[in-house]
Amino acid sequence: MLNSGISVLFEGINLQRLLIGLLATLRVALISVLISIILGIIIGIIRTSKNKLIQIPFRIYLELFRIIPILVWLFVIYYVIPANFDINLSSEVVALIVFSLWGTAEMSDIVRGAIISLPKHQMESSKALGLSPVQMYRFVLIPQAAKRSIPPMINLITRMIKTTALLTMIGVIEVIKVGQQIIEVNNLQYPTASFWIYGIIFFMYFCICFPLSRFSRKLEQKWAA
Amino acid sequence: MSQQVPILQVKGLIKKYGDKAVLNGVDLQVEKGKVIAILGPSGCGKSTFLRCLNGLEEVQGGDILLDNQSLINKSTNWRTVRQRIGMVFQSYDLFPNLTVMENILLSPLKVQKRSREEVEKQAKELLERVGLADRANDYPRQLSGGQKQRIAIVRALCINPEIMLFDEVTASLDPEMVREVLDVIAQLAEQGMTMLIVTHEMNFARLVADEVIFMDKGKIHEQAVAEEFFSNPQTDRAKQFLNILQF
Repeated sequence: MLNSGISVLFEGINLQRLLIGLLATLRVALISVLISIILGIIIGIIRTSKNKLIQIPFRIYLELFRIIPILVWLFVIYYVIPANFDINLSSEVVALIVFSLWGTAEMSDIVRGAIISLPKHQMESSKALGLSPVQMYRFVLIPQAAKRSIPPMINLITRMIKTTALLTMIGVIEVIKVGQQIIEVNNLQYPTASFWIYGIIFFMYFCICFPLSRFSRKLEQKWAA
Repeated sequence: MSQQVPILQVKGLIKKYGDKAVLNGVDLQVEKGKVIAILGPSGCGKSTFLRCLNGLEEVQGGDILLDNQSLINKSTNWRTVRQRIGMVFQSYDLFPNLTVMENILLSPLKVQKRSREEVEKQAKELLERVGLADRANDYPRQLSGGQKQRIAIVRALCINPEIMLFDEVTASLDPEMVREVLDVIAQLAEQGMTMLIVTHEMNFARLVADEVIFMDKGKIHEQAVAEEFFSNPQTDRAKQFLNILQF
């Protein structure tokens, strides 16, 4: 019976464990998002340079994270580096490294795109008014670019939160891993445990990502007007 | 009477994009208080010429002298030069993230480090003069094209330049808004502002300019007192150009 399965959630500390798992998910997501935003803005601005020597390495970096699946990155850093370089990294640290590298690459592309999509005369009239490059970025370009970048940035943040689901593959005890453990233990007693556990995980992801995506759409509508 | 040194002298200016010469040896002397209209078919290099004068384009040869000081050398601080040579562009180039007042104050406060009180007073006077005193707190998107251009002129004037460059400032305006912008420029001419004006408004050039230079293919083909140029152009190319415009 489905409705008897719901009590698996309230067995022992199951719900609490799921919430702790969710916390791990959010910890990785939020820290890496924060790092990505800060580094992404800096690298995004650097990448507006017309110098090919600056452009190309960053371009390769970005493409590496676009082309190679994040799961592969996780495996590479988690298994290959400790085996070959005698460095021991916890799975959560590996997760933070990969997610920050990925997020920074994508953020920098958003920031760069927003800046170079600004009309050229914004730069020229800043110069004609005698503004220094720093003043031009600070007072003219970045405020305008920020407006353009926030909706795609929120989009990326939701994607990063969702992608933390992969972390279970390198053994981070995040919400899905906890869910699997609960299901394994309770499967005999509650045959419908997986329905209820994955159901609540579904609901948890929804509660986090839906407001973000709504917020981004609201901003887009507001700024389109 | 001693001969006055021209405030701006251009000697044999050459600007190339790759192999293509856009400016092919331009010479010009601008005396203080003179208004010079620069005419010519599109692509003749007149906008590029203006852009060279405040360092928005690098030049490949020749010299530009401001108050007898050459600007074509490595030690030139263009940021200082640009405070002496203001420029207004064809595109509405106000900063959309700032209000009208913030647009005007930005450079005087941040670049010139003047006191807010003083600059605000000047800005209000200038806004008053162009008839937009009540729009100080509006954002550029709330203004018409003509209003934006008038604000752009105020913004450039507020850094107290000695020379103003106008690059087809009315070219992308609705016809009924051209007048309000040209009136502001005409007013400046009366007050003795030194100006170089690239324009397609022939009647305006005839009325406001002291001198007209006619450019084609990167060179000045004819230079004359405005009235003279329009009533009695000397070169065939200029005659042809004026004929096309006289519909």
